[in-house]
Amino acid sequence: MTVKLMQGNEAVGWGALAAGCRFYAGYPITPSTEVAEMLSRELPKVGGKFIQMEDEIASLAACIGASVGGLKSMTATSGPGFSLMMEHVGYAAMTEVPVVVVDVQRLGPSTGQPTSASQGDVMQARWGTHGDHPIIALSPTSVTQSFDLTVKAFNYSEKYRTPVILLLDEVVGHMREKIDVPDFDTVERVERIAASVPPEWYKPYGDSFSDVPPMANFGDGYRYHITGLFHDPMGYPTQRLDEIDDWIERVHRKIDRNLSDIILHEEDDLDGARTVVVAYGASARSARHAVKMARQRRAKVGLLTLITIWPFAEDLIARIAHTAKRIVVPEMNLGQLALEVERVAGRNKVVRVNRANGEMVSPQMILEAIEGR
Amino acid sequence: MSEQEHTAYTYLRPTKKFPNVWCAGCGIGVVMGALIRAIDKIGLAKDDVALVSGIGCTGRMPVYMDFNTMHTTHGRALAFATGLKFARPSLKVIAIMGDGDAVAIGGNHFIHAARRNIGICSIVVNNAIYGMTGGQYSPTTPINGRATTAPYGNIEPGMPICELAIAAGASYAARTTVYHAVELERYLEQAIRKDGFSLVEAVSYCHTTYGRLNKLGTPVDMMRQLKENSVSLNMIDKLTPEERGSKIVRGVLHNVDKPEYTALYDQLVARVQGR
Repeated sequence: MTVKLMQGNEAVGWGALAAGCRFYAGYPITPSTEVAEMLSRELPKVGGKFIQMEDEIASLAACIGASVGGLKSMTATSGPGFSLMMEHVGYAAMTEVPVVVVDVQRLGPSTGQPTSASQGDVMQARWGTHGDHPIIALSPTSVTQSFDLTVKAFNYSEKYRTPVILLLDEVVGHMREKIDVPDFDTVERVERIAASVPPEWYKPYGDSFSDVPPMANFGDGYRYHITGLFHDPMGYPTQRLDEIDDWIERVHRKIDRNLSDIILHEEDDLDGARTVVVAYGASARSARHAVKMARQRRAKVGLLTLITIWPFAEDLIARIAHTAKRIVVPEMNLGQLALEVERVAGRNKVVRVNRANGEMVSPQMILEAIEGR
Repeated sequence: MSEQEHTAYTYLRPTKKFPNVWCAGCGIGVVMGALIRAIDKIGLAKDDVALVSGIGCTGRMPVYMDFNTMHTTHGRALAFATGLKFARPSLKVIAIMGDGDAVAIGGNHFIHAARRNIGICSIVVNNAIYGMTGGQYSPTTPINGRATTAPYGNIEPGMPICELAIAAGASYAARTTVYHAVELERYLEQAIRKDGFSLVEAVSYCHTTYGRLNKLGTPVDMMRQLKENSVSLNMIDKLTPEERGSKIVRGVLHNVDKPEYTALYDQLVARVQGR
């Protein structure tokens, strides 16, 4: 273990290396560029591949190609680049190719405010690409968590054969904190399930016990077809309704069956709390401060920090809604995850605390909401 | 059954449901046949070949062939191929694209893959139209040519695909037509053998859309037009400028040896690691 002072973005890079990432393709964009700079320096040292592509569309495409070639792959970007990547988030979901996409959120829309913080890409991470598909998105609140969740992101993407989005915000990405970087040997790594049957028996999208079919890498002797078209168990394009239904149901099931593994959160004194703050990312830091202040004034207030944003923690929110009279949702947007909280808890209970001008939601703003002022 | 048909059948997927998606008389099948014969002649193992395609009629080619095959998104075949080749340099990666795919929506990836000189063999089947969507004008539609989105004739100059690749930094560029199938096979063999970025432009036709809209006749008529409207690079000096006109120039337009991207990267890694 080594104690270091570093930015969230750098911690993402180290987390990727710890997880076994050996391929990075990206395009420079503020406020995510430190991830690329760090990995351009470190990847060659471990024999990994780094390439700066011509745009973000190509970056995610190259990552998917490299993942099919057998390397754990990652790209990092911010809002405008994230918008360009949407096409291939869908392709990775459709073809079930593991890949990690880091989005260090900045103020949008459009070019917006490149160096200002935001949580404006929450819904884009869920629904930005067209069509129905599951997605996993994680959001760290600290530098240490940026490291840990990058490892988790790789592990989920390999375990469930899905794109995983790591939603940082500019605050966490650029903030420097102390971090205990663990020895990489001690970090838990998950590898994709390799094909083990003889090649002539291999069905790249066939039924499997876990709903996650084993994945053969190109060049390993399993010749098969990958397409963004709806495909049958052999990977060949299909227009058969039953095969389309099978695919849609299976890829959703492979995530839905494993919510307890995927949904990460931190609870602070939720039981019996009349007021609960539900927060994520940098806003959770303000929330923590606000809750502390409120408790000093003897308010009974709990804090739920959502670490996994997608899939949404419906059951947790339902549990809170059972006892809490008021659920405060601070976000650096005009209320995106609040929509989900309202969907589960009902609109009457939810108090939104929003700021979408590039500044953090302050503890004072949250405190006022807790106290109903 | 002739010997050549035998060759093709050993590379087609037995499990894939034929017939293919292409219209009867389409030139894309000629390119597929030439590609299979070129790979067979070189003697590459099927496991060591990866075909990566984009979207469109040509993008459907890989699914029929028994290699590692990847049908990606419109215009992005070379971006996916770049990642795959970079991750697995031992694979012979072949990118298969149409004209709209390669130089309209994929133009950026096309010039940068050529610039990096990454060891990808790219094939552009240039039929001068968007065939799969029903005949809209493409970056290679001739001036005054009719298309469903150019009902009064196309006014945009065409994109010189080979010349673009050469200017950007490709190692090899050759052009021929689907009429000249033997020549096509020879160029494909050379392109696949090339270490750096190589390009074969196979000029084809779309009788279903462009041919019908411009009254160019049957597939046989359009094949004949490719024969009559093209000239070998060796012969071009013997023609007057009038005779040359707008003929398609066939031949190896560019063939140089220079360092390939993944090999350069390996050297960089060795340098960084102090080996």
